[in-house]
Amino acid sequence: MHYTVCKELNSVILSVSSQINFVCLISRQGKVRLTKWYSTYSQKERSKAIRELSGVILSRGPKLCNFVDWKGHKVVYKRYASLYFCICIDEEDNELEALEVIHHFVEILDRYFGSVCELDLIFNFHKAYYILDELLIAGELQESSKRTIAKLISAQDNLVEVAKEEASSLSNIIAQATK
Amino acid sequence: MNPFSSGTRLRDMIRAIRACKTAAEERAVVRKECAAIRAAINENDQDYRHRNLAKLMFIHMLGYPTHFGQMECLKLIASPGFPEKRIGYLGLMLLLDERQEVLMLVTNSVKQDLNHTNQYIVGLALCALGNICSAEMARDLAPEVERLLQFRDPNIRKKAALCSIRIIKKVPDLAENFINPVAALLKEKHHGVLITGIQLCTDLCKVSPEALEYFRKKCTDGLVRTLRDLVNSPYAPEYDIAGITDPFLHIRLLKLLRVLGQGDADASDAMNDILAQVATKTESNKNAGNAILYECVETIMSIEDNGGLRVLAINILGRFLSNRDNNIRYVALNMLMRAITVDAQAVQRHRSTILECVKDSDASIRKRALELVYLLVNESNVKPLTKELVDYLEVSDQDFKGDLTAKICSIIEKFSPEKIWYIDQMLKVLTEAGNFVKDEVWHALVVVISNASDLHGYTVRALFRALQTTAEQESLVRVAVWCIGEYGDLLVNNAGMLNVEDPITVTESDAVDVVESAIKRHASDLTTKSMALIALLKLSSRFPSCSGRIKDIVVQHKGSLVLELQQRSLEFNSIIEKHQNIRSALVERMPVLDEASFGGRRASSLPNTVSTSNGTAVKLPNGVAKPSAAPLVDLLDLSDDVPAPSSSGGDFLQDLLGVDLAPATQSGTSQAPKAGTDVLLDLLSIGSNPAQDNSVSTPDILSSAQDHKPAIASLDVLAAPSNMMDLLDGFTPAPPKPANNGPAYPSIVAFESSSLRLTFNFSKQPGNPQTTTISGTFTNLSSNVFTDFVFQAAVPKFLQLHLDPASGNSLPASGNGTITQSLKVTNSQHGKKPLVMRLRIAYKVDGKDVLEEGQINNFPRDL
Repeated sequence: MHYTVCKELNSVILSVSSQINFVCLISRQGKVRLTKWYSTYSQKERSKAIRELSGVILSRGPKLCNFVDWKGHKVVYKRYASLYFCICIDEEDNELEALEVIHHFVEILDRYFGSVCELDLIFNFHKAYYILDELLIAGELQESSKRTIAKLISAQDNLVEVAKEEASSLSNIIAQATK
Repeated sequence: MNPFSSGTRLRDMIRAIRACKTAAEERAVVRKECAAIRAAINENDQDYRHRNLAKLMFIHMLGYPTHFGQMECLKLIASPGFPEKRIGYLGLMLLLDERQEVLMLVTNSVKQDLNHTNQYIVGLALCALGNICSAEMARDLAPEVERLLQFRDPNIRKKAALCSIRIIKKVPDLAENFINPVAALLKEKHHGVLITGIQLCTDLCKVSPEALEYFRKKCTDGLVRTLRDLVNSPYAPEYDIAGITDPFLHIRLLKLLRVLGQGDADASDAMNDILAQVATKTESNKNAGNAILYECVETIMSIEDNGGLRVLAINILGRFLSNRDNNIRYVALNMLMRAITVDAQAVQRHRSTILECVKDSDASIRKRALELVYLLVNESNVKPLTKELVDYLEVSDQDFKGDLTAKICSIIEKFSPEKIWYIDQMLKVLTEAGNFVKDEVWHALVVVISNASDLHGYTVRALFRALQTTAEQESLVRVAVWCIGEYGDLLVNNAGMLNVEDPITVTESDAVDVVESAIKRHASDLTTKSMALIALLKLSSRFPSCSGRIKDIVVQHKGSLVLELQQRSLEFNSIIEKHQNIRSALVERMPVLDEASFGGRRASSLPNTVSTSNGTAVKLPNGVAKPSAAPLVDLLDLSDDVPAPSSSGGDFLQDLLGVDLAPATQSGTSQAPKAGTDVLLDLLSIGSNPAQDNSVSTPDILSSAQDHKPAIASLDVLAAPSNMMDLLDGFTPAPPKPANNGPAYPSIVAFESSSLRLTFNFSKQPGNPQTTTISGTFTNLSSNVFTDFVFQAAVPKFLQLHLDPASGNSLPASGNGTITQSLKVTNSQHGKKPLVMRLRIAYKVDGKDVLEEGQINNFPRDL
């Protein structure tokens, strides 16, 4: 969808060029484990999209191809253990590359969590999002080096740890002082 | 810290939710948590704000409403520490989208963070901006992002590059600011920066012709060199995937080269060698290699022609197509579809393989292959291809039959070399998958049959045979019933035998049996039953021996609960009983339907002729025109049996016709009676000089109409025949009446809120059915003046929208004036998909901004 605007005589037409429209992780039971939207979808459209897609994807057999046509877009999905990783791309995008992006993401998660499983992603869903944010921005790939992403994430995790320690030592001091 | 306000930890909440056995339990847990979070928000609790937001994100993911937490994101983003900002930005991206006004409030915090001394905080802000920024934010923050393209740390440069993509997509005017900084990024060594820089460059080229020209001149050689170095680079463990160094970078380079080479011979020349090298040297045993080859083929197909390269590309596609991996076959089909415009011959060579793919067990592959086959059909291969597809129709999946049928019908219609072949193929499709055949398809078939006078007998016999084996396919039954009604006599006496046919013996009562079973079938819908009734009426005249039996069947339906059927059977019964003398004339065979004007109607550009009933009949695709007799008889009956008071007689006419007659204001009344006669006679369409022949009741109504010349006259003006039929046929919606030129569509209220109403009127230029001109009228329903009124509309990709300037930008209160604005919509899927549109209307009331949004789904169909 693009909005056509006409103010007085100059009309601007915005057209959407190819990119990843959204990423989602769906469990075999159809539960959503992660969703990230790069194009504009309303909440209603989001839940509808996920509902429809999980219906289509979960029912596909194991030997079939990893692509489904969906509303003028293509959804590339791949199953890893109990989780389906899905990426919605545009008609003219490279489906095989999208599969590589999924695998890239999985490998980074694997490295971070140490052989990742669904439970890791449930209890540490925010971490999964942080990793995804180092991988994709605006629906485009940001980094092809797994090592760089791992380094960036651990640097930021450290920042959080340091801040936590400071906070707890601070509260200790306050506790001491107010005793 | 107050231990009581903190609630549970995130981990505990997730556990509690996971432990729930029913949805109700889960809702209860979530409700409790949300209540605690709301309480914490109200107390402005600082210590657990980030934990609460994390919980909200989890709750959001489960699909519960979490809007009350939006402000918490902003507070966290505004706080000084990295951990708070990190979770705050994450929440912002998850809980909000660009359309929420809250987002505007964050602009200032983002701006500060973009200038922060901590580069990770800059990174967070860039990431959020890149993922959800609105056009307004893009404008406000573009200078910061542009500056960050030169930041010392490459990890910020790459984020800034992707953020710029979002910005130029939202505000293309800003593109030129980014051209120079991007050219510098393309020379970098850091893969992340290169990948994002190249991507930004590609997007710049798409929105700005100047950028494309600039990069083509300055950067093509450099990019070719980068790709060559990459292809020949030694093993690099950090970027290696399946023995290839950074396939992602490969693919992005190929994509950008495609954009630069398209339509420019010099640039294309510069990249020929490296493309050949990629096409020949890339390993194709792993997905990563195939992804590169796929991209390379697409680039070769898109850039300016180089025969040798094209051969390479087509060979790669051939290899892909015979690959055993379904993914590879899928992309091969995809690519062949794009290659067909470049080299149709080469694609034709793979026809048999593609045809096999139509029968694949994988729905995605089947769908692609079918679309490709559709593109491959031409006059010379239509027969074998159609045969394959029709044969496959028998065994295909139920959910694939719809698509397959539509495509087959379209192929048959487009390429049929001769009528008998067309009819044969259509009958096969109707027999196999008649329930999937669209109305306009079988309407077209009826028109073709009607025009093929030498095949009438053949067709009706073939249909009769088909009905003996399958009676479940609705549209087969309809076509058969129509043909038996029209050509029943040919069915019984085997007239017009072709050499290819086996003779069959059908008695008159066999033919009536078939029609009777159609009307008695439970699955038959109203249209089928109505058609069957008409067919019976026709047969009653054609087969005098069965007339009594037919009358019984018709009488049975006099008590039908469906008004339409009841009325029809009453009318037909009275024709059979009381009007023997005109019956044979009434039920004469339909005049040949005019293919040209039928086609014209399908293209929604009706000629402006409704002067005779023939004209009307022509435009109706099926047997609909036949009942033109019925309403008249009805009228005749009325004036015959119940001499209605003349005044109410006129009203009745009006009512019956369902014509919205304005208080008659016809001048030239002296001509009215004559005109009225014409209409009536035309309706009857009985011979040349009918006025004398069937004097039973026509004069009656005429005389009663005399007092009501205006009514009759306007009836004539309004081209009543078709309106009558509209009322009485209950078939396909009769064609909309051409008001002046082009068909008229009812105007709709496209949008209505408490303060504003928007109505749409539609018109089409004849000969250009895809394009609709919509004139929108805005009316202010409130008592305040609207100023700075801006209307925006959005359409899906298959539509093209052009907005003309509005008539003004202020809208007087209480409907004391309107703004009009015209829109031109071109529907590339005309006839397949209806129009849809989303709209956004912004204006100011007393200086305050108001935004209204809506979606229009009630467009008339066929636009």
